[in-house]
Amino acid sequence: MSSIKIKLKEKDIAQIDEICKSFNNEPGELINVLHKVQTTFGYLPAEVQDVVANKLNMSVAKVYGVVTFYSFFTMIPKGRFPISICTGTACYVRGAEKVLDEFKKQLSIKVGESTPDGKFSLNCLRCVGACGLAPVVQVGEKTYGRVSPDLVKDILKNYE
Amino acid sequence: MAQQIKMHLLVCGGTGCRASESDQIQASLEHELKVHGLENEAKVVTTGCFGFCEKGPIVKVIPDNTFYVQVKPGDAREIVEEHVIKGRKVERLLYTDPENKEHVADSKHMGFYRKQIRIALRNCGFIDPENVDEYLARDGYQALGKVLSEMTPEDAIKIIKDSGLRGRGGGGFPTGLKWEITRKSVAEKKYVVCNADEGDPGAFMDRSILEGDPHVVLEAMAICGFAIGADAGLIYIRAEYPLAIKRLKIAIDQARNYGLLGNDILGTGFNFDIELRYGAGAFVCGEETALIHSMEGSRGEPTFKPPFPSVEGYLGKPTNVNNVETFANIPPIINKGSEWFAAIGTARAKGTKVFALAGKINNVGLIEVPMGTTLREVIFEIGGGIKDGKKFKAVQTGGPSGGCLTEKHLDIPIEYDTLIAAGSMMGSGGMIVMDEDDCMVSVAKYYLDFTVEESCGKCSPCRIGNKRLHEILETITKGQGTMEDLSKLKNLSHVIKDTSLCGLGQTSPNPVLSTMENFWDEYISHVVDKKCTSGVCKSLMRYVIIPENCIGCMACARNCPVNCITGERKQVHFIDQDTCIKCGTCLEKCKFNAIAII
Ligand SMILES: Cc1cc2nc3c(=O)[nH]c(=O)nc-3n(C[C@H](O)[C@H](O)[C@H](O)COP(=O)(O)O)c2cc1C
Ligand code: SF4
Ligand code: SF4
Ligand code: SF4
Ligand code: FES
Repeated sequence: MSSIKIKLKEKDIAQIDEICKSFNNEPGELINVLHKVQTTFGYLPAEVQDVVANKLNMSVAKVYGVVTFYSFFTMIPKGRFPISICTGTACYVRGAEKVLDEFKKQLSIKVGESTPDGKFSLNCLRCVGACGLAPVVQVGEKTYGRVSPDLVKDILKNYE
Repeated sequence: MAQQIKMHLLVCGGTGCRASESDQIQASLEHELKVHGLENEAKVVTTGCFGFCEKGPIVKVIPDNTFYVQVKPGDAREIVEEHVIKGRKVERLLYTDPENKEHVADSKHMGFYRKQIRIALRNCGFIDPENVDEYLARDGYQALGKVLSEMTPEDAIKIIKDSGLRGRGGGGFPTGLKWEITRKSVAEKKYVVCNADEGDPGAFMDRSILEGDPHVVLEAMAICGFAIGADAGLIYIRAEYPLAIKRLKIAIDQARNYGLLGNDILGTGFNFDIELRYGAGAFVCGEETALIHSMEGSRGEPTFKPPFPSVEGYLGKPTNVNNVETFANIPPIINKGSEWFAAIGTARAKGTKVFALAGKINNVGLIEVPMGTTLREVIFEIGGGIKDGKKFKAVQTGGPSGGCLTEKHLDIPIEYDTLIAAGSMMGSGGMIVMDEDDCMVSVAKYYLDFTVEESCGKCSPCRIGNKRLHEILETITKGQGTMEDLSKLKNLSHVIKDTSLCGLGQTSPNPVLSTMENFWDEYISHVVDKKCTSGVCKSLMRYVIIPENCIGCMACARNCPVNCITGERKQVHFIDQDTCIKCGTCLEKCKFNAIAII
């Protein structure tokens, strides 16, 4: 997994410290801590993982091991409008792959990447529980159902 | 003067309907009621999923049970002015029976609901999941009261054992027996864990129960705690389920406030409380030992059993892990008795099972049927048959661990053992229907893709073996497969099944083996004839021009992105197969049906 070099500000470190404290700096709470930290920062760059490891008094390797194990955690920042294509089975049999191909084509990025302007990022996820609307695409909080490749352009237009 | 609420408008607040603006429907209905000064006579209630997601968003009017489908926020006014005020049903929003084209007002008479028996889903779509009083009004927490005041832990375990309830999370282990084993494990601390990881892609049973009736899970966990001797419960839920998490949090708070969780529950001296733990998107964490490691804050890697969690689980203490749907059956069994439950279903599988019906089927949604119902009844009667009048080809059950069943299996009764005998499994309840346009080799590849991504990598048969299976399938779909590949595929599958450490690896080759068993012809046509009869595998498709139909209009040639179509105006055109990238543009552009895929 590639990562981006960043420098954390004092206030960011304080914020991570705060979150760890709210879980009593308990190593067993690592996953809960990471959820909270990712909600705050949007992603989990190496520098943030260092701070978490330090606060919970565990090795950076252990934190890294957990971050990379779970697909929900990401070390790359998401776009301002993160696009998630459901590739669960119901969506797959109703043509999710063609929809995904169209997004890739329209945005000229691969899965897991962001557009150079940081506006969109593209990801896949498995079943959002709206299989009745398959294929399903989420852009941020908004869910689009029954998406066909020719609707992709229209969806993207909403974010111009 | 306090007026009586005479009418309830139930609006589905499940994830599917939410995505179709059901929250705005709710707001519009409330607004319209207010405009007409009816807010004291009719009340809008947001409920959990009604199950009939295909026709969502759904609005149901109580007491007359009118079932409105595909409602839009703009319909709110008509519903209020016509139905609430004048008592006239809004015909155009009623469900149309696909057979006789008549409107059906009451859901009881709809094919989708007729064969269903709702035990686990009994409150979904009836109550406001964010209001404990509505749960209480439907006998909520009565079973807990009964167990705490009238029974010993052994009595409670006996009822569950006698009911014949088996785990709904996939394994089908007898629930009462699991409770008994955990009860007998001696320790100063024990845990009750609810497995709400629901990793099968394309399944949403557990999520709908949690979103539509969260208290039932809390009540059942408390009962389990009493039975096994635990005072702590944990719900391991996927972070991808924000709505279910929100409703669980609300429910836990409400239950604590009412003294239904916490210390000295209902004044009986029994203590029990529940916390949430979040998954982070790893399928293998649904496996109980992996789940426990994940709850402990580590990588969710499975470990060898024994020791089973019932002996050595969370933090090394005896832990009873049950699935959401399993728990949802507990309070009704306690309330109505084990004989009542055991009378539903078949000799070896009691009660009902919830299935998430999806794929190429008319009525996508959540259904609950007695064990022993046939696949044909589920797909054709409840599910309304195949979409767009296409031909049924296969139904996949059991998710990535299951297999594809065909026409010849349609009349077997659905049970744990019959599905395994047919080469698939019950799994957690995902049921994906496929039609003639689905390529079974690609479907097998799809599942392997999933497994390769989700294998935790701890043991090599699963980590490396599945990757190899995927590669071979890839070769076959590209038209480069050989007969030798097919035998390799089979042999390797068996090795992976026999030597993997956990259930993921032990079942991951099932989609391959079952498609090879049931769709051998299709594998042969990919390998020998280099053809994909469903037209899915791009590398095996060829776009050709039919000379009799081509009038030489040049439309195809002008639009081909790689300029591989040649031909003079008014002459028959020709596609150069070596350059064609199979984009399909020419087929789309030709107005004379002169381009075919072979
Ligand atoms: C790879 C794998 C994934 C699993 N995923 C789930 C799941 O998502 N939900 C679930 O309840 N059980 C899942 N299970 C089954 C659990 O290990 C366990 O058997 C179950 O939670 C026990 O509850 P039950 O007896 O009530 O079914 C999975 C098992 C395996 C091997
Ligand atoms: S079988 Fe697969 S998922 Fe299970 S422990 Fe082995 S590598 Fe991990
Ligand atoms: S568009 Fe159709 S009719 Fe026209 S040249 Fe091409 S194949 Fe022939
Ligand atoms: S399928 Fe695409 S690349 Fe091939 S001939 Fe037609 S337009 Fe050209
Ligand atoms: S498979 Fe896409 S929402 Fe369920």
